[in-house]
Amino acid sequence: MNVTIRVNGQPREVAVDLPVSLLTVLREDVGLPGTKDACEQGECGSCTVLMDDQLVCSCLVMAADADGAEVTTVEGIGGDDGLHPIQEAMLATGAVQCGFCTPGFVVAGARLLEENPNPSELEIREALAGNVCRCTGYGSILRAFDRLREAES
Amino acid sequence: MTSVVTMDFIAARYLDEALDAKAERPDAELLAGGTDLMVDVNLAHHRPACVVSLRRIDDLRGTNGTHIGAGTTWATLERSPHTALAQAARTVGSPQIRAAGTIGGNIGTASPAGDGLPWIAAVDAEIVVRSTARGERSIPWSEFFTGVKQTSLEPDEVITGVAVPPDAPADQEFAKVGVRNAMVISTVSCVVARGDDGYRVALGSVAPTPIRAVRAEAMINGESTISDSALDEFARIVADEVRPIDDHRSTAAYRRHASGVLARRLLERLSR
Repeated sequence: MNVTIRVNGQPREVAVDLPVSLLTVLREDVGLPGTKDACEQGECGSCTVLMDDQLVCSCLVMAADADGAEVTTVEGIGGDDGLHPIQEAMLATGAVQCGFCTPGFVVAGARLLEENPNPSELEIREALAGNVCRCTGYGSILRAFDRLREAES
Repeated sequence: MTSVVTMDFIAARYLDEALDAKAERPDAELLAGGTDLMVDVNLAHHRPACVVSLRRIDDLRGTNGTHIGAGTTWATLERSPHTALAQAARTVGSPQIRAAGTIGGNIGTASPAGDGLPWIAAVDAEIVVRSTARGERSIPWSEFFTGVKQTSLEPDEVITGVAVPPDAPADQEFAKVGVRNAMVISTVSCVVARGDDGYRVALGSVAPTPIRAVRAEAMINGESTISDSALDEFARIVADEVRPIDDHRSTAAYRRHASGVLARRLLERLSR
């Protein structure tokens, strides 16, 4: 079957015959490899995207079921005019080690800031609980949010 | 001729559409949040021949005091007026999982570790199911869950919701134990509720299905006051009543111990 998914504002039509995930389609068919493929069971958050304004693991979305959906990946988080503020802040605090978890943290972090522009540390930790950094670089990721808070005040 | 593996996919918009699809194709697998089915697809290379997606069906999301639509997500249930259900919802997976996973999926998968199931057992809820051939029926939870990932749902039926008795206990508390706070599958989960008929205790992850600790309930409901010695005895009976196993997540001995501790803690919270 053919499905049409709006990815970062662009309609993309892809053929899916097997129960492949949205993650696979984004990477293999749409050609957007920023969304990472790691655990494939919703445990690590590296494949996090926004689908119809919900934060989801794209590995757990059946691509056939995403027909008609609006999807935003890490490639679309910053928009045309550059990086999202959370990306700038993560660069400044060195919140990237191997980088594999980074796209998931960026999407989850951007979503948090959209819902709650001034989150407490507890709120940040809860919002990012579904994203795992196996380099254990959580300190600098949390400091990126502190930096945004300082920039605001 | 080469055989090509294909999958029939039906994105149902109305409940009747899903029921008709199930009547015609009882082998069709139901897809709600995908948090169980897609793990099977990704890791076990499961290849369903036919999938019926339920996520577009508005009728499955309706919720009021005595009915919870099967398609209600954990994210929505975090604000449920049923205290222990809201507490359980908040501990499920991560924000990503809670945005996708539904209570109907939790019931249909019927994992012993399903976080919504002890609450269903504690309030004596019924599982509402529907088919084109036989219409609607409500199944008491204790008849619905028949074993590890086994239920009495017929192949042509779809779970439409949970019927909560109007006299369900209003005072209720949930807690679970796992290896960390977030993103964890329960080692033991527990609900204690207090209604007009006294205390009720339900547990998950300690038997093939959710269970009620009926002997512990009878014991504590026979006490005139909840003394420390009564709490000790209550915890001992709960630990004795559960039927846990050793597996990769924990040992039977630890689960037994934690069952008593959790039930006692929740009872203390409700009684003081």
